[in-house]
Amino acid sequence: MGRYVTRRLLQMIPVFVGTTLLIFLMVHVMGDPVAGLCGERQCDPATEARLRQEFGLDQPVWRQYLTYMGNVFSGDFGTAFNGQRVIDLMATAFPVTLRLTLVAVVLEIVIGITLGVVTGLRRGRPVDTSVLLLTLMAVSVPIFVTGLLAQLLLGVEWRLVPPAVSAAAPLDELIVPGLVLASVSLAYVTRLTRTSVAENARADYVRTAVAKGLPRHRVITRHLLRNSLIPVVTFIGTDVGALMGGAIVTERIFNIHGVGFQLYQGILRQNTQTVVGFVTVLVIVFLLANLLVDVVYAVLDPRIRHA
Amino acid sequence: MALLEVTGLHVEFRTRDGTVPAVSGVSYRVDAGETLAVLGESGSGKSVTAQAVMGILDSPPGRITAGRVLFRGQDLLTLKEERRRRIRGAEMAMIFQDALSALNPVLTVGAQLGEMFTVHRGMSRKAARAEAVRLMDRVGIPAAKDRAGDYPHQFSGGMRQRIMIAMALALEPALIIADEPTTALDVTVQAQVMDLLAELRRELAMGLVLITHDLGVVADVADRIVVMYAGRIVESAPVRDIYRRPAHPYTEGLLESVPRVDRKGRELYAIKGLPPNPRRIPPGCAFHPRCPRAREVCRTEVPPQFEVAPERTSACFFWRETPGGTGAPDGTEMRGGTEMPGGTETPGGTRAPGGTEEGDG
Amino acid sequence: MPEPRVSPAGDGAVAATGAGGAMDLATSEGAARERGPEGPPVPRGTAPGDAGPGGGGPVGRPRGLWADAWRDLRRDPVFVVSALVIVFLVVIAVRPSLIAGGNPLSCDLGRAQEGARPGHPFGFTAQGCDVYTRTVYGARTSVVVGVLASLGVALIGSVLGGLAGFFGGFWDAALSRVTDIFFGIPVVLGGLVLLSVVTSSTVWPVIGFMVLLTWPQLSRIARGSVLSVKQNDFVQAARALGASSTRLLLRHILPNAVAPVIVVATIALSTFIALEATLSYLGVGLKPPAVSWGIDISNASPYIRNSPHMLLWPAGALAVTVLAFIMLGDVVRDALDPKLR
Repeated sequence: MGRYVTRRLLQMIPVFVGTTLLIFLMVHVMGDPVAGLCGERQCDPATEARLRQEFGLDQPVWRQYLTYMGNVFSGDFGTAFNGQRVIDLMATAFPVTLRLTLVAVVLEIVIGITLGVVTGLRRGRPVDTSVLLLTLMAVSVPIFVTGLLAQLLLGVEWRLVPPAVSAAAPLDELIVPGLVLASVSLAYVTRLTRTSVAENARADYVRTAVAKGLPRHRVITRHLLRNSLIPVVTFIGTDVGALMGGAIVTERIFNIHGVGFQLYQGILRQNTQTVVGFVTVLVIVFLLANLLVDVVYAVLDPRIRHA
Repeated sequence: MALLEVTGLHVEFRTRDGTVPAVSGVSYRVDAGETLAVLGESGSGKSVTAQAVMGILDSPPGRITAGRVLFRGQDLLTLKEERRRRIRGAEMAMIFQDALSALNPVLTVGAQLGEMFTVHRGMSRKAARAEAVRLMDRVGIPAAKDRAGDYPHQFSGGMRQRIMIAMALALEPALIIADEPTTALDVTVQAQVMDLLAELRRELAMGLVLITHDLGVVADVADRIVVMYAGRIVESAPVRDIYRRPAHPYTEGLLESVPRVDRKGRELYAIKGLPPNPRRIPPGCAFHPRCPRAREVCRTEVPPQFEVAPERTSACFFWRETPGGTGAPDGTEMRGGTEMPGGTETPGGTRAPGGTEEGDG
Repeated sequence: MPEPRVSPAGDGAVAATGAGGAMDLATSEGAARERGPEGPPVPRGTAPGDAGPGGGGPVGRPRGLWADAWRDLRRDPVFVVSALVIVFLVVIAVRPSLIAGGNPLSCDLGRAQEGARPGHPFGFTAQGCDVYTRTVYGARTSVVVGVLASLGVALIGSVLGGLAGFFGGFWDAALSRVTDIFFGIPVVLGGLVLLSVVTSSTVWPVIGFMVLLTWPQLSRIARGSVLSVKQNDFVQAARALGASSTRLLLRHILPNAVAPVIVVATIALSTFIALEATLSYLGVGLKPPAVSWGIDISNASPYIRNSPHMLLWPAGALAVTVLAFIMLGDVVRDALDPKLR
């Protein structure tokens, strides 16, 4: 197991370097970082030259990348447009987004898996058909529309929840945004679980479990679910990183000051440091989530572990 | 009282393209301590019958439309599911063909064996684990104690099938249904596993229903044989009679198509045609398109079971013309060197299975 | 499917992130899809169906596969409905004036936010433009972006992935690494970064960005497909008979490996349409004067409380379009999945 994890970690290094380099290059293409640093005003040439030298922008791109990564690993993510340190922005933004993601993932697991198991065991019945229709709707209505509608109906018309999330972003205010953020993934978890359960329900080992005279609930929880959830766990794991990076739209609709909000600001103001810093951390989170998935996968499926 | 008595069992599958009959009026009985072989090609309904008996038929699409399954005198088909569940595994157990897919890939074999004891006997996990190790030991798995923590994919095919057998024997059931227990194994391992099964069956005096398409396996261990074709039983007889004097053209064909040393060099006999598509089973006798003895009546009427001899039936209108009907011994060559694959004895030989050597009429 | 990971949106068609997971979804879901109660017609263990002819190998002959698929599709109401919706969308994308006489850019501030009235069934936007006309013209953008991006991705992805799968070795390994790297970048995030500097109001930068960031997903599908076809005996036989690589690829592998690519590209199409709308909503996709559902939804969102019609019509059109392409991809996959026949 230890060797397995080590191997996966080593395989991640080139991916990490490649992805962050790609982001670095993309941001480089994005515009002149110095122009953004001076805010709305035009920098005077002397300051500009000084800044360029200070940030090493007169160096070739690969040198800049190396310097930047060196700084990142010593905890220095640079400075944001308003003079705040990027790491301070992160300290306020990431906990908020982390909570939002947590809410979304919990909803995915609880609602998605429950619906998936129920429909997977009752294929073709009315409950199955209606849940399938719901998931199709969730998948085909883009999240920004879902979010706007949820805000309008739940927040404005029926006043069930506050239409915008307060700065502290407590968990209870994040339930509706979390549901919106999770909606598409939720539909996929439901469908994936359903398919997996239905497929495994016909598997030989389930028939063996029935032939052993095990009670139905034991057949389902111990034999059927354990196997069926392997692909679902994989999906949810990789989705954690995706949800965090993907919260831009949701955070914008509900005015949540998380990672997406800061990134959006950084991009609007063309602040390289903020964008690269946040994206780098997101990539790390994504890669770690993938590693976690691999580990969980190996725990759930001994065939992988011993391979 | 018979241990198991299946009467007039009908099973059909409802599919998109209509209803497909899988089993059409199958009846057989197994006494305690007896081995019954159910012989047939894939699609003949032999496994479906077994699944109906065990109560593990996929339904939908499968459905039992008629018949009775008497187990120790009570009709299983009318029992409540909870009662049936308690019988499954404890009083009747099943061994499946492909142990790799029949064992749960993500649970250790120790856990899968121990489960029998925790669920049916209410044992503690620790005690169940000890029982599991004892069972593994008994079916001949080396270092059972260490290997109980291993997963099915870590065992060889033969060892996995031994575990499958251990699982079926765990609670010493009165009846075991083995569905092609050796088909997925290498020939050398087949004999070992079959010997183990026969030995344990004898030791525990269990009834065994052995489902197979392999004549060689049957010859060694079975007391009686029923031959199935297209969802019906075509012939039912004690094992020696059927090898010596088959009373149905299909059985004749099966026996003829086994390679035999004494006919080396001659072209191997093959039953002409293909097994019928269950969606389009021929009217009348389902075997008639392939039968060398078929006549007009075979096309239109379904043959009933004719009593050929005591304990012997044949579903052929012209059974009297078969070796089993003419009473004429079919010559020593037939009995003689019938070398069955995997088998070590000639079917007509003296080694009667299960030690139930009874007078050779 | 608006959020950055385009991953789940298209049935994992374009998995921005969850490499394995989403891909599994794309394939595994097909395996047990809505066969519902009809289920597999054969009982397990014994298969009465075994006896029947036409068990079919894992990969049928190309003509048989397509012909069978077409026969199945014609009878599938889901296919018929989604195909009709798509044909309708394409027609109005080509000639919007067929059903909308007005000019989407001619607006009258005096009628801003007004509701439906004769001649203007959907009402007016905040700028006083006719919502009906704009919704109809918006289809053009969506269809053009979706179709071109899918074509681009399918072409680049299958050429690179197919060649890597066929030749293996160094380029295959290199492609796999590159694919891994692209999977690490959330698509909406990448879009924000790359498109925020673009000032053009045409669809080309948006399409270019989509192709640039999502081709690796298609290449992975194509690679896998070519690899599995390559294993087949008929390919080995052709090779043994001395067929050249080109001939093997074009004549034996291509026709058999192309089905999954087509399916995934179709589903990806819906993803691209949703993605364009999302980016336009965020203000970095298409920019006015381009007409896009995303722009209209974005412009309408501040007024959602008092004039929901401004938002609901383009949003509804967007949802129906995305749904039509998802369903089309779904049924085409089912029809082409040899495992199900």
